[in-house]
Amino acid sequence: MSVLIYIEHWDGKFKKSSYELVSYAYAMAKQMQTNVYGLVLGNAEASEIDKLAEYGLENVICLNHNAFQVLDNQLFTDVLAQVAEKVQANVFLFAHNNTGKALSSRLAARLKAGLISGVVALPDSISPFIIRKKLFTGKATAQVKANTEKVVLTLSQNAFGVFDNKVALNKISADIQVNEALAQTKLLDTQKFTAKVLLTDAEIVVSGGRGLKGPENWGVIEELADVLGAATACTRPVSDEGWRPHHEHVGQTGKIVAPMLYVACGISGAIQHVAGISSSKYIIAINKDAEAPIFEAADYGIVGDVMQVLPELTKKIKEVKK
Amino acid sequence: MKILVCISNVPDTTTKIKFTADGKQFDATGVQWIINPWDELALTRALELKEASNGLIDNVTVINVGPKETEITIRKGLAVGADNAVRIDANPTDAYAVAFELAKYIETHPYDLILVGIESSDYNGNAVGGMLAELLNIPNVSAVSGIELKDGKFEVVREIDGGKQILSLPTPLIAVVQKGIAKEPRIASMRGVMAARTKPFETVAAVGASPLTEYVHFELPQPKGKCKMIPADQLDELIHVLHQEIKAI
Repeated sequence: MSVLIYIEHWDGKFKKSSYELVSYAYAMAKQMQTNVYGLVLGNAEASEIDKLAEYGLENVICLNHNAFQVLDNQLFTDVLAQVAEKVQANVFLFAHNNTGKALSSRLAARLKAGLISGVVALPDSISPFIIRKKLFTGKATAQVKANTEKVVLTLSQNAFGVFDNKVALNKISADIQVNEALAQTKLLDTQKFTAKVLLTDAEIVVSGGRGLKGPENWGVIEELADVLGAATACTRPVSDEGWRPHHEHVGQTGKIVAPMLYVACGISGAIQHVAGISSSKYIIAINKDAEAPIFEAADYGIVGDVMQVLPELTKKIKEVKK
Repeated sequence: MKILVCISNVPDTTTKIKFTADGKQFDATGVQWIINPWDELALTRALELKEASNGLIDNVTVINVGPKETEITIRKGLAVGADNAVRIDANPTDAYAVAFELAKYIETHPYDLILVGIESSDYNGNAVGGMLAELLNIPNVSAVSGIELKDGKFEVVREIDGGKQILSLPTPLIAVVQKGIAKEPRIASMRGVMAARTKPFETVAAVGASPLTEYVHFELPQPKGKCKMIPADQLDELIHVLHQEIKAI
């Protein structure tokens, strides 16, 4: 019996979500009185692997192969299933991101394991296995029970936190067959987004809605984001109009975010948008309509024209930061 | 070539969510039901691909696992342009049971491309597409924001953390799609609604898959405290909050 976590890296480096997953697995293993194994596929840097021990990872299996350069769900699932067998895993943890969602679902079907995605806390009960997740895009939570011996979970970002639990790291080798014939995903090209801060990583998000009037006014959003070290985002009508790229759309059908601070500028607060930001720790709203529903979701509100308030706010923050 | 679009029947995204007093069930009183938003975009893209294929793609089918009441939603799929519809007669208990029912149908009715929305807007499961691919033992790509048919293969845009990848995959393929796959869902015309009444609509008996998970209790979040208003001409107060309380600066 053990917990197996899939630890994703980006060009050899780990992000906060990986450390959060390790912190969560550490706490879960204590609750279940079992061991945690981390699996890293591809060429992660050695110093980065060592860093995982800071957050409580005691055992890591690092496998490298040319075929791991591009995510192929069939091949990766096959490798995960083999590793699971070696370490006798019965709990599988993934980050609730694109890769985690893709692999967790395939692995769960392979192992006939109950899948509970987007969990937000440690289990309420181990036997039977009951755990909390969000649903209706954060408009509700539920306790979900797995009727299986094995369970697969994806952990919502920023739901648990990152904790220092320094341990000694054992690097374990595992004899795994990499069946390259399974990989049918051929990479033609990779294009990186040019944003300074990625929306999915951001601690602070500055977001604009239709109140900005047009793409030519986005400078006030970008300048505030710049001085706060924040990512930029937008509402659905803004991305549908093509003012901003769709990967910046936050809301029920776009990205769900959970930053420390979300600054909603010229956003009225449609129920679908609020659902996508409700997990933010603090929400500040700036809107000239005092009746806008965004003020019901916000912690702090300013009634005013974003085109006047934002430059003034940016200027004042710059002065404080000096 | 044939495309299958898996659609889920979900409460309208503006629905105020309620549960029964014992917290055991979703309260569906007065709820409007719609095609899951990502599935609706998937259907739009499927129709665009068919129209641009010079007859190479000759069929778009919509399929749903659900009770009789979901037929209204499925017919909306026909009204916007799907050629035919299938309903597998079962209550969609969990993602595995839904994927299992779909897999059993597809095993005897193969498709070249199967489109599935990345999640359903109600239970936010993110699971049916990947599970279906594993049960059918065929490739799948998740977080797909673009798809084109090129020389008998699919060229797919996958969103990755911090960018996108352009990929090539053979058929049959399951594409798990997200925002960007199509711009606006199609609106059914009166002619489309009339035509939907006579399009082939098949109801299939369920094989009876067992769910692996179950919802035992639902809760609404605690109501949020009142928003503290700061006058627009007193931004120093906001600076103080950002510095002292939020610690953002």
